[in-house]
Amino acid sequence: MERRTAFAPSDVAYFANLCHNCGECYYACPYTPPHEFAVNVPKLLAELRAQSYRECARPRWYGAGVALPALALCLVIFLAGTHENAPAAGQFYSVISHSTMVAIFGAATIFVAIALGASLMRFAKGPGASMDSKAFAQALRDAASLRYLSGGDSASSARRWFHHFTFYGFLLCFASTTSAAIDHYLLGLRAPYPFLSAPVLLGTLGGIGLLAGPAGLFFLKRHRDPLIVDSHQHRADAFFLAILFLTSLTGLLLLILRNWTAMNVLLRLHLAVVLALFLTMPYGKFVHGFYRFAALVRYAFEAASSAGRKAV
Amino acid sequence: MPEELPLFDVVVIGGGNAGMSAALTASEAGVRVLVLESAAPGMRGGNSRHTRNMRRISQAYPEAEYLADLLKVTGGKTDEQLARIAIRESFPAHAWMQAHGVRFQPALGGTLHLDRTNAFFLGGGKAVLNGYYAAAERRGIRILYNAEVTALNISRGVFESGTAIQNGEPLNFRAKALVAAAGGFEANLEWLEEAWGEAARNFLVRGTPHNQGKILKALLENGAESAGDPRQCHAIAIDARSPKFDGGIVTRLDSLPLGIVVNRNGQRFDDEGADLWPKRYAVWGRLIAMQPGQIAYSIFDSKVRGLFMPSVFPPVCANTIAELAAKLELPVEETECTVKRFNQAVIGGGFDHFRLDGCGTQSLDPPKSNWAQRIDAPPFFAYPLRPGITFTYLGVRVAESAAVRMRDGAASPNVFAAGEIMAGNILGEGYLAGIGMTIGAVFGRIAGREAARATQH
Repeated sequence: MERRTAFAPSDVAYFANLCHNCGECYYACPYTPPHEFAVNVPKLLAELRAQSYRECARPRWYGAGVALPALALCLVIFLAGTHENAPAAGQFYSVISHSTMVAIFGAATIFVAIALGASLMRFAKGPGASMDSKAFAQALRDAASLRYLSGGDSASSARRWFHHFTFYGFLLCFASTTSAAIDHYLLGLRAPYPFLSAPVLLGTLGGIGLLAGPAGLFFLKRHRDPLIVDSHQHRADAFFLAILFLTSLTGLLLLILRNWTAMNVLLRLHLAVVLALFLTMPYGKFVHGFYRFAALVRYAFEAASSAGRKAV
Repeated sequence: MPEELPLFDVVVIGGGNAGMSAALTASEAGVRVLVLESAAPGMRGGNSRHTRNMRRISQAYPEAEYLADLLKVTGGKTDEQLARIAIRESFPAHAWMQAHGVRFQPALGGTLHLDRTNAFFLGGGKAVLNGYYAAAERRGIRILYNAEVTALNISRGVFESGTAIQNGEPLNFRAKALVAAAGGFEANLEWLEEAWGEAARNFLVRGTPHNQGKILKALLENGAESAGDPRQCHAIAIDARSPKFDGGIVTRLDSLPLGIVVNRNGQRFDDEGADLWPKRYAVWGRLIAMQPGQIAYSIFDSKVRGLFMPSVFPPVCANTIAELAAKLELPVEETECTVKRFNQAVIGGGFDHFRLDGCGTQSLDPPKSNWAQRIDAPPFFAYPLRPGITFTYLGVRVAESAAVRMRDGAASPNVFAAGEIMAGNILGEGYLAGIGMTIGAVFGRIAGREAARATQH
């Protein structure tokens, strides 16, 4: 309100994604039900966020119904070969060859990168969307520390920790994969890697984060005041949290049981879940991280510009 | 048989800022407290739920300036002893509120330029109440919602018992001392009509529908001395399309000083630029109440749109003044003529709506003393205006201890009053933004302390 007294439609998606959904405004607003204006800002912004996910998702034909079919498809693809001859202990590539894995996940990664990039471009463009490196750096700090979830209310504080677990857990898993690629291509080391190697240590730590974070977020979601949530998003949110959790669970089980015969099934299951995670990324809740960050960049830019104007 | 509540030490009627300040203070003095709140939990706290800030002294805003501001707006119609207490105690009250769950924040830019004089509540008045109620629950204060007090048994100035209706069932309560913090009578349309005549039917009530003035009436009928004039109130210009009750802050219109204001005959009737808006906005409720049909229209052009906080309803918009007048059902020729005469009278100069810019009119009656710019940049906009009554000033007279004074001159030993129900002691007329919360918090604390003390006798 201090920076604009008129709101363009393009501002709406920005505001919706700038909201960190603490819910405090609902309890402080004198116009929430039973007032006749029946204002419900947290619910409205949640609906607008979902709308921005839908509208910005690229490619366009990629849609809400993609999640479960994608998971089912991945399971079929990978589990189809389960009956084949049992592999030797720890020999992942005798289950599915390295080149097959690279081909499938390479293609998926390229698709996800392009789709996410296009979606983000779609979200971030529009009038008033400007930025500079300072704003970018500020937003990076704000996002990395989840600054706006440290407002002091206990609900936000718990959400902050579980978001941290999820986010850094995901990054550690990403780092684990990257270090494995380095081991494979640059150092000529082949999986399975020993327990005290970078891929396993990073993956284990990340895996723990991806168990604790999504589980905690799911718990908090279940206990949130039903008045302020958009119940239509329950399924999509639960799917995203579940698939993150399953990615980690199957990965950690695979680590523990990699020398058992169950490894065959576990590896296929793990790869199926990871592929499903990849394929649903551009549509599901995963984009929240990107859109929220883009909104923070724009906010940091606007805050700096208006502070500059005030100082003049 | 009505339900009988056990004997409490202190009963507080009304769970707004004043009532909760009293309840918390009394409870901290070690006595058992009962709060009777007439609203449901989601609508609790009377008009405090619509407030946003509190005027308080600080290093930047000394006691003397605060008092001078008050004397100016009230035209000296104030009990100076009580006013000095309210002002002096506003400083510790501010700190006390922070210790009881109230969070403050810097003023929002673009509001009534109040950051020097007023402390703003983070989250607004409802968040203040949430803080108080959470603190009260932690202390074990008993709070009954939907409990409207219908009768008080006061004998020669001494409170003995009372009756409330809770969810349709009668409820008898007793206590050693009573704090009346139940607000004024602005939501009682019959009472308003007694004071204002038929014009009152066109008033909109900005706040809670629960302020029926029943406790005020009960006290006056039981021998309390009155303070203030039933016709005096805080009333401002709000959007005529607002709901009858509870429209709150979002219906207030701050466009008035940036354009002209005409009545239903298309004629101007007062100086829209007489003084800075924060000092002047509270005059407009009364000015519009005195116009035919109690309606007026704020007209401005696209030059000034965006210079004031937008309100909840969009303005009426047209490309010509004639079209605008037709949409507003105003006499078209008369309205065009008013705008034309106004435009001809504008002197011009360096327009600056943040200060008295001296951009006035010449040979125009009534004049516009500041911020006069020609209304010539289409599209043109208008808001329909009605008097929005915020609160009434008729109350009970109190002593410095917040004890209610009886007509025989003595102060009641166990009946105390705080907030709007006694604000008329300090606000004889006029209004100073944010002083209502000062009076509520300061006299709420005094009433709570003194009521707790009264139970020891």
